[in-house]
Amino acid sequence: MKDLFPPIITLGSLGILFGLCLAFAASKFRVPVDPALEKIIAKLPGANCGACGKAGCVGFAEALLSGELDLHACVSMAEESKKTLAELLGLDLELKTKMVSTLHCCGGNNSKDKYLYYGIKDCLAASLILGGQKECQYGCLTYGTCVKACPYDAIVMTGDGFPKVLEEKCTACGVCVNVCPKHLYAFIHCDIKKAGIYVACSSRDTGRVVMGICPVGCIACGKCQRACLHGAIEIIDNLARIDYTKCTGCLECVKVCPTKVIKQRDVT
Amino acid sequence: MDKVLAILIANIITNNYILFKFMGLCPFLGVSKQTKPAISMGLAVIIVLLISGIMTWAVYAYVLLPFHIGYMRTVVFILIIASSVQFIEMVILKVSPILYRALGIYLPLITTNCIVLGVTVINTEDFFAAGRPIAWSFAYSVLQVFAAGLGFMLVLLLMSGIRERLELADIPESLEGLPIAFIIASIMGLAFMGLLGIK
Repeated sequence: MKDLFPPIITLGSLGILFGLCLAFAASKFRVPVDPALEKIIAKLPGANCGACGKAGCVGFAEALLSGELDLHACVSMAEESKKTLAELLGLDLELKTKMVSTLHCCGGNNSKDKYLYYGIKDCLAASLILGGQKECQYGCLTYGTCVKACPYDAIVMTGDGFPKVLEEKCTACGVCVNVCPKHLYAFIHCDIKKAGIYVACSSRDTGRVVMGICPVGCIACGKCQRACLHGAIEIIDNLARIDYTKCTGCLECVKVCPTKVIKQRDVT
Repeated sequence: MDKVLAILIANIITNNYILFKFMGLCPFLGVSKQTKPAISMGLAVIIVLLISGIMTWAVYAYVLLPFHIGYMRTVVFILIIASSVQFIEMVILKVSPILYRALGIYLPLITTNCIVLGVTVINTEDFFAAGRPIAWSFAYSVLQVFAAGLGFMLVLLLMSGIRERLELADIPESLEGLPIAFIIASIMGLAFMGLLGIK
């Protein structure tokens, strides 16, 4: 029993001593922090993910306060929390509509091949040989380089042989846009107002050529252009193009398209 | 003088804490991707080692040994290291915010690093005999912690330089990242072993 006292007393007194030292230091060396900064930090997710480019949420809060970054730079905060934080900061925040990367081709197994390709199963490799094995020089090569490249596993191969982007996983980071050798990916709005309408074809060939090689290509017939009540569709270089500033999502074009190439994304 | 040299060479090269005693491996693999953070980490480790080396020596010599409770050193040393790092952090934040930013997250991380506890415990074994400090014990202890910090920084710097080059090298996919770092670390250990002949 007697042996117990020295360690207990020593450790206890050392602990108390250091505790007092730290308490003293905390008040002596206190660095006053901007109270606004503290409030912002409390609202931030605290994940310290670094996606905004700052070392952590504290760095992001400082950047917010100095106006260096805006709230959109944070990807891990929900849009609603951004709104309350914007009120706190006295800023107007327009909620961003979600953008989704979309493949502008739906040929896949339906479109004809021009030769048999036995090389590496990769679009970049295939595209080096006469622009790829597909008869359509604009179409998807179906080897899924984008599927492998997507850092969020948001792109999956469908049974029809062309990739599909899952809305809920896509963050519009732009990796697939850069990696696709045929430049088939582009961002479209994915909300109810815009209805996520897009032309799933990128062929600038004339209608006659497209009809010969692909059953699901844009043949530039112009029906959508005439059907659109808002003048949002125009045929340029034998391909229907949608002007998203005019589109209201009435879906008239989707109904009239003879090859069903104007499609609608699953809207959120 | 011989002993001073011996301590320096042993701690920096022939008995390097990372490559021979396997202490401080987490920052060695975690912070060695780029040269700049590696230098910050090395500096932070040297500062923490120096301060905790001095404090643990004093507490060991004047508190633990007189009360015959040398066996309490692990617990007491951890208490000392943790609170002194906290203290240093507060002081640096107040005195030099620029240095605070340069050291960043690494300073609090060192609290839980085994190299700090390891070197201070080895100090108590090397420079104390029969429950009493040997001659020049304090100076040797400070030298040993400083040399250990230098050795840590040296290896971290070498590793970060190699890994910066590796970023550009063509490595088999399955070895990219941490696996190749472990292989490099073992080769570095072998290379340092070649210096064991230094007498």
